[in-house]
Amino acid sequence: MNVLEVKDLSIALPPGADRARAVSKVSFEVGRGEILCLVGESGSGKSVIAQGVMGLLPKTLPLAAGSVRLEGEEIAGCGEARLRQLRATRMSMIFQEPMTALNPVMTCGDQIDEVLKFHSSYSQEERKKRILGIVEEVSLPDPERMVAAYPHQLSGGQRQRIMIAMALVLDPVLLIADEPTTALDVTTQAQILKLILDLQKKHGTGVLFITHDFGVVAEIAHRVAVLRLGELVEIGTRDEVLKHPRHEYTKMLIGSVPTLKPHGRPADQDAPVVLATNKLSKTYAERGWFGAGREVRAAEDVTLEVRRGQTLGIVGESGSGKSTVARCIVRLVDPSAGEVRVCGTEIATMGAAALRPLRRKVQIVFQDPYRSLNPRRTVAEAIIEGPLNYGVPRAEALERARKLLELVRMDASALQRYPHQFSGGQRQRICIARALAMEPELLVADEAVSALDVSVQAQVLRLLEEIRTRLNLAMLFITHDLRVAAQICDQVAVMSRGRVVEYGPAEEIFLRPKHEYTRALFEAAPGRGFAFGST
Amino acid sequence: MILNNWSVRIGGSALVLLVLIALAAPWLGTVDPSLFDAGSRDLRPGMSGEITTLEGEILQHTFPMGSDSFGRDVYSRVLYGTRVSLLVGILCALVAVSIGVACGLLSGYLRWLDGILMRVMDGIMAIPAILVAISLVALWRGSVVTVVIAIAIPEIPRVTRLVRSLVLTIREEPYVEAAIALGTPTWKIMFGHILPNCVAPLVVQGTYVCAFSILVEAILSFLGVGLPPDIPTWGNVMAEGRQQFNDYPHNIFFPGVFLAVTVLAVNILGDGLRDTLDPKMAKRV
Repeated sequence: MNVLEVKDLSIALPPGADRARAVSKVSFEVGRGEILCLVGESGSGKSVIAQGVMGLLPKTLPLAAGSVRLEGEEIAGCGEARLRQLRATRMSMIFQEPMTALNPVMTCGDQIDEVLKFHSSYSQEERKKRILGIVEEVSLPDPERMVAAYPHQLSGGQRQRIMIAMALVLDPVLLIADEPTTALDVTTQAQILKLILDLQKKHGTGVLFITHDFGVVAEIAHRVAVLRLGELVEIGTRDEVLKHPRHEYTKMLIGSVPTLKPHGRPADQDAPVVLATNKLSKTYAERGWFGAGREVRAAEDVTLEVRRGQTLGIVGESGSGKSTVARCIVRLVDPSAGEVRVCGTEIATMGAAALRPLRRKVQIVFQDPYRSLNPRRTVAEAIIEGPLNYGVPRAEALERARKLLELVRMDASALQRYPHQFSGGQRQRICIARALAMEPELLVADEAVSALDVSVQAQVLRLLEEIRTRLNLAMLFITHDLRVAAQICDQVAVMSRGRVVEYGPAEEIFLRPKHEYTRALFEAAPGRGFAFGST
Repeated sequence: MILNNWSVRIGGSALVLLVLIALAAPWLGTVDPSLFDAGSRDLRPGMSGEITTLEGEILQHTFPMGSDSFGRDVYSRVLYGTRVSLLVGILCALVAVSIGVACGLLSGYLRWLDGILMRVMDGIMAIPAILVAISLVALWRGSVVTVVIAIAIPEIPRVTRLVRSLVLTIREEPYVEAAIALGTPTWKIMFGHILPNCVAPLVVQGTYVCAFSILVEAILSFLGVGLPPDIPTWGNVMAEGRQQFNDYPHNIFFPGVFLAVTVLAVNILGDGLRDTLDPKMAKRV
């Protein structure tokens, strides 16, 4: 029997939105012990479906039509009291960001206990036993200590385990997981996915797994449902959908996922060196009122080199120091020790005034396209700001901006508009144009495609590649995504805990990783078994 | 877009009306607010009486809001008082906001100055506002300038703290970092990138300062430490009416109503502006 049956579900959007319905006529079912992955890009309505099933829709998004059956019981439109009984006992949900999903002022044990107190009649002794039992089951070390800990004392992966424990403590038949591993590092993600798979198999729980990542889908799904703009475009078993997608949209999405195979383009070993760092280090010291406080070594002895026309990728998990290195190179932060040479000139210790003429040579594109542009300035003003700073006449700067927009495949009419009128991918193009307006020698891309949907990501990656060859730029590409690195980098430096653990030609590192951390990173990359990007 | 908000419409139109009243006071059937006539003392609202001009002419005059114990026309004094109140409110808001913005920008962007500047602000905040006002007025005698300075000073730290906190968050935004990488000088980043993104919360804060200042000015006048009693302000009118409140409540009632309506209108306008300009601060979705 099916645990969850969703039939012709439609959820309305408030008037004035880009479409009439957030979700329109979506039907699917989740069987006992089955994992159904809902995949889609941002705005496809996948999270709204989860909220609809849980009865957690905000008032602005009312359920318009359709039925939601949990174990045969109709729960669409049933009262809040009944829903409250069902939540946690029959259906549970885990979220993307475990830090905000947990209450920061309650211990983890008390939060699991709250679920039990409300939904069961166990005595205090029994509750305690069950809490320890479930915490052990989610493979947390030292359960006694975990139960007594506050959320901020745990790591992201541990917090997500607590969330899973809380969701599964009453053994629900349906678990809804809304991007549960998106905020986690790739190695942690692999562990959490394995945990969900193990527990789900053991308890026979039906899982509705929401994700945007096809690697994760390949890793965990039994069946896959693909959503686009609130409509279900394709549903089938994992192998059907991933290997033989029928719908054009699915084909395009899967084709956009970068492969893990390095591109294998030959690199000119004699090209002039644009950027060289020598034992670059950055230490953050917490200064207290009395004496020195804690020291954090964000980057240590980083020695790298980027040649003209080539791309160096810095790959690592969060906290590995890869962004710190980038910010030191752009001199957004001052390095604590070591050298940064841009076209031969040492800039690590240069004063602000002397540095100014050299700033031109190194430009940066950031991760978040929504925060990278001043919301109160037009696109034209954003792009010409840099050239104006260096004395380029306004008319000439505007002319250059127009050409650059063409280069990043945008219409010149964009110049007069404001950033909020553009999508994330378009904004990222504008940011690239802004950086190129300075005619830099080195372009630093700090997770520049990480916040983008996979199809947009593919376009921006192609654009960066094209610009690199056309302008013969040196590029420093910082990413946590091995697939992206494989596609774009000539050289790769793998960072862990502030240090470069492996550094060499991309092909060498991807095909014959030597360091154990690099190997672990590749092991953890979701969907290794599937050859994406080739369909 | 701003005008679609009902709070802005209501608060705004009430304020526009008050400004018109203040500007048109001489043509609204008033007499010189300092004129008095011993024969027309303590008239009830709506009664007629005589009033002597400075030239010694005797005018027949209706007292719509009655007269006080000197025989002055409460209606005229209240209407002319609107000028003082609005002027003090707006000037205080401008002074407090402009000094606060300068201090807040400096403190938020130049980290070495932050400690010193914020300790000074803490010091100012530690002194009760009314006490500062009383001592300044005692030092320099009551005038509009003194009163504005006296009321604005205690408001500066609040604006400074707001601007500082905004600057601290905005300076971490990638677009500011991009500007640094583009070689934009610090002053241009401050005034070109950071300040324009502080405007919405500042406008909102400005209206609250304005409302509070109007109230404080009335309190100071009522306590007799604000503007001199011969200048018509709502606080002064109320102060004079206090003795006879049981017998002649109109002396306090009418200026009180004007004061309440003005402060309410400014606050409603502020709430509306907050909802439309600064969606993050708004309670409504």
